[in-house]
Order: sequence, then structure tokens, then C-alpha cells
Amino acid sequence: MTIQVLGSGCPTCEKLFKLTKQAVEELKLETEVEYVTDVQKIVAMGLMQSPVLAVDGKPALVGFVPDVKGVKEAIIKSIA
Amino acid sequence: MFFPNTHLGSALDFFVYDTAKIFILLAVIIFAVSFIRSFLPAERVRAILSRKHTFIGNVLASLLGIVTPFCSCSAIPLFLGFIEAGVPLGVTFSFLVASPMVNEVALVMLLGLFGWSIALIYIGSGLVIAMVSGAAIGKLKVENLVEPFVYERSISVNADLPRLSGRERIAYARGYVTDILKKVWLYVMVGVGVGAWIHGYVPMDFLARYAGNGAWYGVPLAVLIGIPLYSNAAGVIPLVAALTEKGVSMGTTLAFMMSVTALSLPEFMILKRVMKPKLILIFAGVVGLGIILTGYLFNAILG
Repeated sequence: MTIQVLGSGCPTCEKLFKLTKQAVEELKLETEVEYVTDVQKIVAMGLMQSPVLAVDGKPALVGFVPDVKGVKEAIIKSIA
Repeated sequence: MFFPNTHLGSALDFFVYDTAKIFILLAVIIFAVSFIRSFLPAERVRAILSRKHTFIGNVLASLLGIVTPFCSCSAIPLFLGFIEAGVPLGVTFSFLVASPMVNEVALVMLLGLFGWSIALIYIGSGLVIAMVSGAAIGKLKVENLVEPFVYERSISVNADLPRLSGRERIAYARGYVTDILKKVWLYVMVGVGVGAWIHGYVPMDFLARYAGNGAWYGVPLAVLIGIPLYSNAAGVIPLVAALTEKGVSMGTTLAFMMSVTALSLPEFMILKRVMKPKLILIFAGVVGLGIILTGYLFNAILG
């Protein structure tokens, strides 16, 4: 499983990156969270908002940052 | 009146009443708009726009700009995403103009400070500027001024967006309300504070004496000053309140607010990565001209 946070490097994106790392730790998932700042990667996924949380290359959260509970739910929903 | 019959009382009264009014309006309207927006993300907007190729596209793009949030950090993904999906350049510009300038926060702030008619005038003329300047840029056929790599890629418009439940949409809208309120509460207090001060302390004939149409160069000057200043609609409100306090007329004030939100130097710098400087100048020129004409128009009508 790969978990990526894609963003343009703005503070909102970094906040999502931090929350995602915390969520992965709390869920005890055996994976690293990757932080991608290449905007073209977002566009290539067919998306236009930043930040994006992608699980196995599929968008799980787009364009907003929930709390850590919301991040966990989004991850669980996309691996289920 | 909580504090009748004194200047301080009148000012305090105005301050308490107006901040409360603006905070409640902001919370309710942002919640409603964010909830609607969760059904209409930028990706779905693009799918609608990529099918329209005439003036209808400019009209739709400007209207959709109202409900779409904008921060300069998403300017590039939006621009690339629109163009690479086949949305016409002029339609893309309509969206880029409307999105930061015309939104629910501007509506609420102007409503709270100046009432319905000024708020609606701002939104209406902002939409017209976005439509017309986008259509004009489309007519100019300046696609050659976009960096070539943008047109070399093309992407599908069918993004695989995560599905949101009703509960998640409400959480999204609530999160957005907290986010915006955290960002703007200070500006609201300062903006209303300036207004309250005028209300309680500055005699009406002082305003009347200076609030005429002013010098002819007032409007273009306000637009020029607005370009290097970059702020969202909320951040510019204290300045707007101060300008009207100084007796600057309403058309000039609205032009200033439009210039600050729609034309921003940092955004131009970011856009340089995807288009030639000449196109940025054309963009700024067309939009700036539209704002200046609007300023004159409303100085003439509102006096």
C-alpha cells in the first residue's frame, strides 16, 4: 500500500501531511507517507485542487483538510 | 440602544451590533455555500466547462467562480487542469478573474458594512467584468502566449473523486466556516471598528464635504495601488472602511477592492510559470480596464 500527500508546498498541504503521518501511525499501518510537491502529478490524476491524499494512487481526500479522525476514516474507506 | 445619548455609546452600540451581525451572516452563508460546493468541486466544474465553447462558457465560468474557493496556491493546478482538459483560454480566464474577486465572503462583508444594494452591485459588476474580460481575451487569440508545454499534454476530465456522505459534507462545511472565521475575525473587528468610530465621532457634514466624485484620477489610482496589495475579500475590508471614512466615493472604493482581490502581483509571479509575461500584461490590462470603467460608472450613479 502506498499513501501519498500531494500539494504545492503550501501550509495547508503540510498540515495534511502531518495529520496523515499521525493517522498512519495510529492505525498501525506498515507504510511510509510520501510527500509530493509536483503539481503536474495532481493535474495528471484529473484533479485541480490541492492538497490531495492518495491511497494506492487513488484520491481519498481532495482540496480540504479534515481532522485526524477524518483522515483515518478516508484511509480506511479507500482500503476497504 | 444599549448605550444611548453619547458619542461613545453610539459608537459602541454600532460596533457590537455590526460585528455580531457580520459573524452570524458569515457563519450561516459560508456554511450554506460550502455545503453546496461539496457537490460541485472544481473537477466537476471543469467537466461542465469543457463542453461549452461560446460566450455561455464565460458566463458559466464566472458564475461557478462564486462558489469555488480560490487561493493563489491552486492557481497553477486550476490553470493547467482547465487548459489541458480542453477548456478554452478565455473561459479559463473568466474563472480566474471571478474566483478570487466574487465570493460569499465579499458579499457578507459589504452587506454588513454598506447594505444590500452595494453588496449586490459589487457582485453583479464583478461577474460582468469576469465574463467580458474572459470573452475579450478569448477573441484576442493569444493561445500562442501560453507556455507550449501546457498544450502538449492532454488529460481526461473524468477524475475518480472520492464519494462523500452527508455527514462528511456537513463536516467539510463546518470545517470551512471555522477556517474562514479564524482567518477573518480580526479584519472584521478592525473594519467594523473603523466604521463605528466614524458613526460615533465624525460629523456627517465632514463626510458630505469630501465624499463627492473626487478627482478624475481617483479610480485609476485606486486600481494601481490595489495591484501590489494582495489580500482576500475579508482582509481588504478594514482598508475599504478607512477609505470611505476619508471621504473616497463608493465607485472608487469598489474599484479598489476589486483590484486588490482580482489583480495580484504574487499571483502574476506564479502564473509566469505557465504563460508568457505578455499574456499576463494583457490579462491585467483587460481586467484593470474593466475595473476602472466600473469605478467611473458607479461614481457617476452613486455620486
